[in-house]
Amino acid sequence: MTDAPLLSVRNLRKSFPITKGIFGRKAGEVRAVHDVSFDIASGETLSLVGESGCGKTTTGRAILRLIEPTAGEVMFDGRDVRAMAPAELRKARREMQIIFQDPVSSLNPRMTIGAAIREGLTIHRLFEGSAADARVRQLLDEVGLRAEYTTRYPHEFSGGQRQRIGIARALAVEPRFIVCDEPVSALDVSVQAQVINLLRDLQRDRDLTYLFIAHDLSVVRHMSDRVAVMYLGKIVELSAAEDLYREPLMPYTQALLSAVPVADPTVQKQRILLEGDVPSPASPPSGCVFHPRCHHPAKDAACAKIDPPLEEKAPSHYAACIKQTPTRITWDDQAIAGGVNPPVRYLPVVDQLQRPRNPVPPNGRQP
Amino acid sequence: MNEPLLSVENLRTYFYTGSAIARSVDGVSFSIGQGETLGIVGESGCGKSVTALSILRLIQQPGRIEAGSRIMFEGKDLVTLDDSAMRHVRGNRISMIFQEPMSALNPVFTVGDQVAEVARVHGTGSRRDAWARAVEMLTLTGIPAPGDRARQYPHQLSGGMRQRVLIAMALMMNPALIIADEPTTALDVTIQAQILDLLTDLQTRLGTSILMITHDLGVIAETASRVVVMYGGEVVEEAEVKQLFADAHHPYTEGLMNAMPQIGAGRERLNVIPGTVPPPTAWPSGCRFRDRCSFAWEMCEKEHPPLYQISAGHTSRCHLAVEPERRADPHLPLVEQVGATL
Repeated sequence: MTDAPLLSVRNLRKSFPITKGIFGRKAGEVRAVHDVSFDIASGETLSLVGESGCGKTTTGRAILRLIEPTAGEVMFDGRDVRAMAPAELRKARREMQIIFQDPVSSLNPRMTIGAAIREGLTIHRLFEGSAADARVRQLLDEVGLRAEYTTRYPHEFSGGQRQRIGIARALAVEPRFIVCDEPVSALDVSVQAQVINLLRDLQRDRDLTYLFIAHDLSVVRHMSDRVAVMYLGKIVELSAAEDLYREPLMPYTQALLSAVPVADPTVQKQRILLEGDVPSPASPPSGCVFHPRCHHPAKDAACAKIDPPLEEKAPSHYAACIKQTPTRITWDDQAIAGGVNPPVRYLPVVDQLQRPRNPVPPNGRQP
Repeated sequence: MNEPLLSVENLRTYFYTGSAIARSVDGVSFSIGQGETLGIVGESGCGKSVTALSILRLIQQPGRIEAGSRIMFEGKDLVTLDDSAMRHVRGNRISMIFQEPMSALNPVFTVGDQVAEVARVHGTGSRRDAWARAVEMLTLTGIPAPGDRARQYPHQLSGGMRQRVLIAMALMMNPALIIADEPTTALDVTIQAQILDLLTDLQTRLGTSILMITHDLGVIAETASRVVVMYGGEVVEEAEVKQLFADAHHPYTEGLMNAMPQIGAGRERLNVIPGTVPPPTAWPSGCRFRDRCSFAWEMCEKEHPPLYQISAGHTSRCHLAVEPERRADPHLPLVEQVGATL
């Protein structure tokens, strides 16, 4: 990347203590987010995908300090978010907003939607009096709602309309960066498509940067420039969306993609069925967190011992797997850890020379 | 075709709320053959879940199955069956798998007890036999260490495991029909794949018929052999699954397919169906989809479309069947013309 990223996250960690007894003795901890690092360029959409409990929502909230991170660094536009004093943080939140998953519980039922949208304007002293009213009406119009709705209450709206209100509320303070936390998963297909298109139009018109959190891989395909796949608190694969969907490198991503039902009865899919459930984040497996469920033909004892680093396996395509060459973990080290299956190219890595040029320009935006 | 296992004829289920009548299911007909999987697909409020509940007569006040509705199952009309006979059908001949595995299980009993209870209620064998059968069913649904799991409580199991327990419960009495109401909606995609696989596998082994209710066309494509599309309390299209995906006739079905994000597609804009589903208390006159349809003309407002026969086994509730040349002439739907933002 040529210019500095808008948001840069380094080794972010969040663990929740497990307490026992009435004195709250600490009996262990849940590693919700463990050493997560990524950059988001201005105007780009990075998606975090994964199944429930993988830490994607916690990551999004820890970045905005809605949950205090345990460790790590969050730089927003060159400023250290974790070092900000409360007043400073409030100011910074004008530039960093969030859209929540559940449009029902995220709106105050006793506040008219006009008041809900206006709240941010008042707190940040952006508009007052009739100027604020005009601004609220303009925002409603922008998200495709009628301006006269300002005096209505949240229960008068459908799910899709409430999600639009949530978007208007986030947009009110003119943020540069928005965390979209599962914004469409509670919506019906036809309404979901409307909201996805709205989010994309707003991004184009206002040069917004999104961290898009979702579990639905087909929605992510439509939203993202780049995608990070999370599993048990870690990023296990990170690349341009196109590369990830065409050629997933991490065995978990392959299984995840193959599990998505395809709306075409003529397609006979090779499905990789994962055995069992996601282990508990309170006692994650040793070594590679995915190894107990992994279907990689070269899986061996080394996988249970070596924690694979997130490595660049192909241009701008990162994956965490010691059985996927190239890897920094030498065969000798793997043998010491009990490895018997040498890391051969089991996974379909296209020759880098034959690879089509990465169409994503440095700032991550697509034409 | 030989005698269908279940045939629903002109089912109407209305809810009498204070001021208005919600016609949630309004003249629905379909049938399911032996060993067949029929999919019902539609968005929230289309009446698909109410249809399922009506089949089992689980509709509560102020809801009512209207006179004239018939639900024929194994030679009996379930609408007029007396309560004790209906209890014999429920869980025994027809069983149901619910969407929320957590709320469908009782938190204070072990899962083994709850699965075994089905056999005890239907009065077959001793307590010991019921327990043995429960463990056998848990084994069948692929729960590891079923003997130990049976002694655990619902909160000790993961979402996927709980759904397997519900499936085990549904299989207890070896029913002829299983109604699965959004069985995988609350589950993660890899777990969803496991459960769908399990259902398909069980069906081929046991020959049970399945009524699969879902909003996800992907799930339909992978499990169903025939599909019923519902909108506004009515069946708007019915076809073999391959026929439907290859050649959808109704503009709503088409719109639904185009609005679905596809994993194999690029990053292009999604096509949307403008507007929202109207409330069941006020279906539009004529065609219920006309406000949101880009082909609607005067006839759609005046005449409620019947189910037209498109080809063998393919029906569609759209006047385009009689004036197909209009398909070449899409225009802005009514909700957009009047500037009615959503």
